[in-house]
Amino acid sequence: MAIEQGEIEKIAELSRIRISDEEIGQVTQRIAEILQMVDQLQAVDTHDVEPMANPLDATQRLRPDKVTQSNRRDAFQAIAPAVENGLYLVPKVIE
Amino acid sequence: MHTKSVAQLVKGLRERQFSSVEVTRAYLDRIDALDSQYNSFITVDAAAALAAAGGADERLASGTANALTGIPIAHKDIFCTDGVRTSCGSRMLDNFVPPYDASVIQRFKSAGAVLLGKTNMDEFAMGSSNESSFYGPARNPWNTDLVPGGSSGGSAAAVAGLLAPAATGTDTGGSIRQPAAFCGITGLKPTYGRVSRLGIVAFASSLDQAGPMAHSAEDCAFLLNTMAGHDPLDSTSSTAATEDYCATLGDSLEGLRIGLPTEYFGEGLDVATGECINNALKELEAQGATLVEMSLPHSALTIPTYYIIAPAEASTNLARFDGVRYGYRCENPVDLHDLYSRTRQEGFGEEVKRRILVGTYALSAGYYDAYYKKAQQIRRLITQDFMHCFEQVDVIAGPTTPGPAFALGAKSDDPISMYLEDVYTLAVNLAGLPGMSLPAGFVEGKPVGLQLIGRHFSEARLLNVAHRFQQATDWHLRTPDSAKGGTL
Repeated sequence: MAIEQGEIEKIAELSRIRISDEEIGQVTQRIAEILQMVDQLQAVDTHDVEPMANPLDATQRLRPDKVTQSNRRDAFQAIAPAVENGLYLVPKVIE
Repeated sequence: MHTKSVAQLVKGLRERQFSSVEVTRAYLDRIDALDSQYNSFITVDAAAALAAAGGADERLASGTANALTGIPIAHKDIFCTDGVRTSCGSRMLDNFVPPYDASVIQRFKSAGAVLLGKTNMDEFAMGSSNESSFYGPARNPWNTDLVPGGSSGGSAAAVAGLLAPAATGTDTGGSIRQPAAFCGITGLKPTYGRVSRLGIVAFASSLDQAGPMAHSAEDCAFLLNTMAGHDPLDSTSSTAATEDYCATLGDSLEGLRIGLPTEYFGEGLDVATGECINNALKELEAQGATLVEMSLPHSALTIPTYYIIAPAEASTNLARFDGVRYGYRCENPVDLHDLYSRTRQEGFGEEVKRRILVGTYALSAGYYDAYYKKAQQIRRLITQDFMHCFEQVDVIAGPTTPGPAFALGAKSDDPISMYLEDVYTLAVNLAGLPGMSLPAGFVEGKPVGLQLIGRHFSEARLLNVAHRFQQATDWHLRTPDSAKGGTL
């Protein structure tokens, strides 16, 4: 499945990764090579094969809905790039 | 001191032949003197290590020591360490000092081990050469022009260079076994879920597993005793009972059936590497094992299957790095979108971005069934191949890698040739099986690794086979010339 540069730009947008104009050609080519390599999977007959999400076929374990951890907001916010009054700061979103 | 095994160090500390401060200082001095050639550590806090060693000596003196009290251990820089920078080999986490310990780290602390330092690795564990590290590549102690393998390349180089008696690693597609093979040490990837993933920076959550890296199977067993076990904080952690992995190391191999997949001995395998493997198999045969030829018919599909599943899971896991809560943030973002996309452009390296893009594509609307679901179906076929084989054999053996360590720069510009390095190791992760690599000879001075693969939760059996092999051979005891210098 060949991939166009425009599709890579769309994927990069979805991934929130900026790619410079100088890089985009090279990135497209590398990803096209990888997609070509994985394309051989399409030839395999997987009719009636159950997808495997967990190698032990385990299902998600649930736990009782009880508080087991203490609030460590200050410790976690101490390593944030920008905080104020217990809030994480980002550039202004709404004018 | 630095040539002693973990088992010997434990005994010596108990018998007060030397103190933990002496042992720890010996390794710190070696790191100081020799690591400029290997670049195997990213962070070493000598004062904290010596303070921990001092505390260990007090417990040894008061008779309250635990299994690993006073033993310095190096940890891959992917395990969160409370108060110690955990970079994951990335600019994105260059400033990240976790406020908590990974469960594995906590277990080592409870067992009394001393945190020696954090080792170099491919960025976010994505790579097979350690060359994608933000901190520059680690180098192979057997020849510093060669890569140590990856992604746990720093851990492998540190152990091979005798800068640490043992280390931890993680293995998503071969990241413990391949560097162990390249550096001539022993490494074990346990069954998926055997060791807690809590506090390990996530790469591909259905494949990631942590394990020990050391000189011998005996030392790996020693470490696994501390690492293995259920963790209620990791919902994929297994509740299956653990065992004393040291207890059965010496068991006889009489009657053991070893499967040899034809796909692992065919085209693509370096001839001299294959000869080392065949000689190793003869040794196991001499000890009473039977060699059985068999087939893993879907082997050719493991690379494409893995390179859908791992990037898909990585693209999801790495979405958390947004420049808001911790880690790198770009300068002067003009708006929130710019903050996200420039932080990720600048914070991630090339290979990581490539995998995020491939994974996002495989999961995106219209492609999910053709890629991700298809890969999960083939994952089941690959797993079933192993299950069929294990109806006839106890252990599967073959080479860990297609050839010995390659030169730095040889494959770094060609992602697909780098991916081919993991052709014999990826399937083990897809099937969630335990696998290990142990030294089995040399090709032109470069170590060769023998891979052993077992049934789910058969770590004790793998370690037993490896230990018996190491009782009859001395490949794992060889020391590279570059490690013979230093102050000791």
